[in-house]
Amino acid sequence: MTLARDLRRSFAAIVRQDVLRAWRRRGQVFAGLLFFVIACSLYPLAIGPEARQLRLLAPGMLWVTALLASMLSLSRLFSREFADGSLDQLLLSPQPLAWLVLAKICAHWLTSGLPLMLLTPLLAQQYGMPFAAAMGLAASLMVGTPVLSLIGAVGAALTLGVRGGAVLLCILVLPLCAPVLVFGAAAGAAADAGLPMTAELSLLGACLALSLLLCPLAAAAGLRIAAE
Amino acid sequence: MPPTSSTDTTLAHRPNSRARPSGWLAYASAVRFDPLAGRLAPWCFAAAAILALAGLYVGFGVAPTDAQQGEVYRIIFIHVPAAWMSMFIYLLMAIYGGLALWLGTRLSSMMASALAPTGALFTAIALVTGALWGQPTWGTWWVWDARLTSELLLLFLYLGFMALEGAIDEPRRAERACAVLALVGSLNLPVIYFSVQWWNTLHQGASVSLTAAPTMARTMLAGMLLMALACWLYTIAVALVRVRLLLRERGLLPGGKRSEGAA
Amino acid sequence: MAIAAAVSDEAADTCLGAHAMGVSRGGRMLLASIDFELRAGELLQLHGPNGSGKSSLLRVLCGLLPPASGEVRWNAQPVRAGDPHFLPAVAYLGHSDGIDADLSAAENLRFAAQLAGKTAHDAQIDACLHALGMGWAAHSPVRALSQGQRRRVALARLALLPCALWLLDEPLSGLDEEAAARFDILLQAHLRRGGMAVVATHQPLSPPGRILRLDA
Repeated sequence: MTLARDLRRSFAAIVRQDVLRAWRRRGQVFAGLLFFVIACSLYPLAIGPEARQLRLLAPGMLWVTALLASMLSLSRLFSREFADGSLDQLLLSPQPLAWLVLAKICAHWLTSGLPLMLLTPLLAQQYGMPFAAAMGLAASLMVGTPVLSLIGAVGAALTLGVRGGAVLLCILVLPLCAPVLVFGAAAGAAADAGLPMTAELSLLGACLALSLLLCPLAAAAGLRIAAE
Repeated sequence: MPPTSSTDTTLAHRPNSRARPSGWLAYASAVRFDPLAGRLAPWCFAAAAILALAGLYVGFGVAPTDAQQGEVYRIIFIHVPAAWMSMFIYLLMAIYGGLALWLGTRLSSMMASALAPTGALFTAIALVTGALWGQPTWGTWWVWDARLTSELLLLFLYLGFMALEGAIDEPRRAERACAVLALVGSLNLPVIYFSVQWWNTLHQGASVSLTAAPTMARTMLAGMLLMALACWLYTIAVALVRVRLLLRERGLLPGGKRSEGAA
Repeated sequence: MAIAAAVSDEAADTCLGAHAMGVSRGGRMLLASIDFELRAGELLQLHGPNGSGKSSLLRVLCGLLPPASGEVRWNAQPVRAGDPHFLPAVAYLGHSDGIDADLSAAENLRFAAQLAGKTAHDAQIDACLHALGMGWAAHSPVRALSQGQRRRVALARLALLPCALWLLDEPLSGLDEEAAARFDILLQAHLRRGGMAVVATHQPLSPPGRILRLDA
């Protein structure tokens, strides 16, 4: 059906263009990852190098740092389009705006959330987490970071072009991400204790399903409001 | 079909500078709404004061002393109504935001903006009274109780709403953006509450809980309901006053700061 | 040259209408009681001093800005934001070019086609860029081009997609005489095919079509 083909084509085009642009400016992506690495290294300096304490706190600290690191890249989500007038073209496309926004969020996750998730098992070694636990933590991040991108996109759309937008974005989005943090860190802790993570992962999955349904619509509304 | 070759000039009309702005619905209802709000507000303040006195009398005078917690528990008569109001006001803000986006009326979004500071105030009262309760009872100023943590996150949502409103210069865009934010926040609120409850039961350490209130004697319930009603009427009164100020400030009524280019 | 197919008979009945339309921006009423009907093959120029509301009127016509009063009608049906019957027929060029500076001209045009759900072959893209004299720049990043050259690339986008209605905000800004002549050819071809255009401009186009003057 041509409608499905058009949707597929526009989705793929946006993801490809955003990933391509991120690759051409890979310095920005690496900087975000470097922030994640540096911040994770700060906790032992602050708390002390005692291995047991670090291991206990590891899932929570890694999750909080991943949350903060993903906040950094969110303000860039729509800012380029807003600055050079491409936002108008996006809004005037015949494809549903929520679908196009979902494509942008997907590209954003591929260039920020996914690298974070891939880096986590490595950083978990700094805290002495065993390999299985680190993989469990990475799994929780795999389900949780898309939710962060989705909720963050709503904040990015609402604060587009606003003075002090980056900090305002964090203020708006962080309380809304509290459930994801709770479930994600609990999943990591369960993995660390050798317990099954099914409950926590299903809760994260429910959050993902709910935000997949609502956030693109809310972000699309925010973009229309910003472009008026 | 060939393009027309003649020059067809039409003059576009510039509005009479004193003509009322379009958006008849908002303007007309603002004109009708304003005097009504002005008359209603003092009565609501008076009723709120009377009910508050009655509620405080019941709470601090009539209700019996609790066996376990002594006199300190009486703070529940302020803490619980404030917590109820904080949640209820956010829900109201979301409803007004939804109305504003659906119908396009500016009065609805102004009601949401008017309610926000009061909601934040009640959330803060709930947090402070929670701390005042916790200190004599358990020796700490703060416990990570499910309700207090939810109230804390709710306070952040209110402050975020007010920050977004303050950061956007153009009033109409600010109203619509805040409407979307209120809607998203209200949908997220049940998830937040659930996750905080879940988190609290997961980490067994929290044996202290402000929700483990003493069993409700009928007088206690009456006292809390009176206080809740008083808070509700106070909220209405303050919101009405604030909306009238906002109507003037944003130029929907004469008597305030004029919008640029008018007159 | 142009890829847009010849407009069929049914498209010849297309009509853009504005009825008792008011435009407000930033709380100020800029325009009121705008009434016009534009049919296939017609050009409407918007003339007026800076700040008279030309750009805002164009944004209202394409649905980016809701009208303060009245409505926009496409083929006698009122237009909502995101209307799937209206948007495929609209091509908009605003003050900013809407071009991604990090990509090349060809990549930009290809993306514009894909955003509309179509594919564009390299030959088509090259032909459109040639029409605006930018064939040589197909694979150089837009960042390296001058302001006028970027404008040409944005105009090349118009040649690529077959849209019945063009809404253009000062398309000639930054263009030299040669580019302006190329744009003229493009516009006249579009009108001859049965398309219509509303153009806000400080430099009168010829043949002028209809003119709407937005005066203070």
